[in-house]
Amino acid sequence: MIQHVTNPVLEVHDLTVSYQRKPVLWDVDLTLPQQALVGIIGPNGAGKSTLIKAIMGLLPLNSGFVELFGKPLEEVRKRVSYVPQRESVDWDFPASALDVAMMGTYGQLGLFRRPGSREKKLAMEALEKVGMQDFAHRQISQLSGGQQQRVFLSRALAQDADLYLMDEPFAGVDIATETAIIELLRQMRDNGKTVVVVHHDLQSAQDYFDWIILLNMRLVASGPTEETLTPPLLEKTYGGRLTELSRVSELLQKKQFPIRETKPTRK
Amino acid sequence: MNTLWDFLSMSDANVRFVTIGSVLLAASSAVVGCFTVLRKRALVGDAVAHAVLPGVCLAFILTGEKNPLILLLGSFLTGWLSLIIIDLVTANSRVKEDTAIGLVLSVFFGIGILLLTSIQHSNNENQSGLDKFLFGSAAALVGQDLITFGAVAVLLLLSVLLLYKEFKLVSFDLAYARTIGLPVRGLELLLTTLTVLAVVVGIQSVGVVLMSAMLITPAAAARFWTDRLGAMVLIAALMSAFCGAAGAYVSFTAPAMPTGPWIVMLLSLLAIVSFILAPKKGLLARYLMQRRLRRQMTRENILKTLFHLGEAKGEYEHSYSKQQILERRRQPLVRMKNGLNALRRQGLVQESSNGWALTPPGKKEAQRIVRLHRLWELYLTEYLHLASDHVHEDAESIEHVLTPELEKRLEELLDYPTADPHHTIIPQQP
Repeated sequence: MIQHVTNPVLEVHDLTVSYQRKPVLWDVDLTLPQQALVGIIGPNGAGKSTLIKAIMGLLPLNSGFVELFGKPLEEVRKRVSYVPQRESVDWDFPASALDVAMMGTYGQLGLFRRPGSREKKLAMEALEKVGMQDFAHRQISQLSGGQQQRVFLSRALAQDADLYLMDEPFAGVDIATETAIIELLRQMRDNGKTVVVVHHDLQSAQDYFDWIILLNMRLVASGPTEETLTPPLLEKTYGGRLTELSRVSELLQKKQFPIRETKPTRK
Repeated sequence: MNTLWDFLSMSDANVRFVTIGSVLLAASSAVVGCFTVLRKRALVGDAVAHAVLPGVCLAFILTGEKNPLILLLGSFLTGWLSLIIIDLVTANSRVKEDTAIGLVLSVFFGIGILLLTSIQHSNNENQSGLDKFLFGSAAALVGQDLITFGAVAVLLLLSVLLLYKEFKLVSFDLAYARTIGLPVRGLELLLTTLTVLAVVVGIQSVGVVLMSAMLITPAAAARFWTDRLGAMVLIAALMSAFCGAAGAYVSFTAPAMPTGPWIVMLLSLLAIVSFILAPKKGLLARYLMQRRLRRQMTRENILKTLFHLGEAKGEYEHSYSKQQILERRRQPLVRMKNGLNALRRQGLVQESSNGWALTPPGKKEAQRIVRLHRLWELYLTEYLHLASDHVHEDAESIEHVLTPELEKRLEELLDYPTADPHHTIIPQQP
């Protein structure tokens, strides 16, 4: 069940991505509608994070292309914002919550220019939206996991984008924070933004998202929640890996074969 | 005192050169070193420092003279090459980064020593002083050399000043920096180049072997004093500049003393002082905090014991001898005495000929602790379903840490209880 939309915010076309010569995502083809809260769901190692990293241009593609708002990423960077996994950085870095939120304004600022009072105001507003204004000057290692996650969110908010891609924003977060975050994401959607979230809890997915991407090394489904979160599709996603696919992946890695004979091209 | 004045007045041109040179080199390598340390590439600095030696020797062999610019260029090239090789080996083989660094460091240094030895036996009269690169010689920082190396040092400081926000983001979160469109590859390349340059100019004063200390030590020491990157960079630079000047002063007063090693010694001393004395993160501060907590626990335990004794008797301000308190709760006598004295100073207990008794504020405080203890016991039995004979030990330590906020929350959860799992009364808030 792969449903496509016209005028997509995001189009992923025939995307294959590998880690250390081992394909982890095979030929993914999907489009996402505007103004939606999208959940990427799948078991561990399904390639959920890989998908959004590939969309953000953080991983080399073996095949296919990605278009955002009908354009390549380079042309629309300012309209897209990425929230990495919380564990991807060292929180002992000498910076305050405000410093991190302020980093969201660096893209607009461009090289050499220093953040000033305008950027500080934007960052403060972003911290307020996630309820972290009282911790603005706290060193980031002194924050709890949930608070660190909110600081990461505020950095993305300070960017003021139209499409947000978030890697596991609910991982290691207490229930109060989770509720606050989902409420914020809903507001963003209602304001016309599209928010894509890597998520691993099936229970809450039903009620959080209005569009679901089911992933397990390949795209199992992409469509409105009520049509995708069905027992047969979930069975297909979670019910064991496609062993042949895994074996071919391992074979490619072991024998050091190229994954594609030609370089990826656009359209 | 006179020598210090002579030194500070800088009337001697040589002193002036050496001091300005040492300060500039030390400060610029400290600034660049902050980013090296934060990017967890501290060892890389060491590898570059050793890899610079063959470059110096090759430049000399090819030109036959000691032109500072040429030597700088040669050392820059091999320093850079070593980094590229480390990256290539890590990316394309099973060898891990630390091993690659070790390999590259020793191979380059080996080649350097080989070339240096052959130069020394070559009868080229220009070669004297080339071995200074091994251990450095700040005293040689005069004239043309100083101008060349000083210019590089200023260039380093300027680049960091201009690209401060970019370097900060790249050091903190590389992936995010890429997604907002920063030229990450270029910035990383520049940071690496700056590290190599810092090493190349720093070697002039401290030499190959001690160079990595100039990069890493000030950054590591500065991190103890602050949680802000800006302040960290500034503190590291100031510490290094001070040590640079002090090193120059030492060799001014005692010409037999080498400047470079003294700079490194002083820096290490400052670092050790930082590890011990820094507020909050220093060893001493952490020890003192632990001691304060232990003492607070002792005092609270004494109050609680007096409260328990009073509870049995039905009268809370009765006096008890030390012996009676000890019978109720075993503890080292000295510690109890100190605790009692501290409590008396706080007005929570009073001493009379009959012994020690709670004052009204003391009773209030004791009641608070007992209350927290019993609330926690109840919480454990109700919510963690622990047996009531298993909860006491736990509550003994938790009672000291519960905040008023958590106390309120526990009360709500337990629906304002009046008795604990052992059916003793939970004293209400006064």
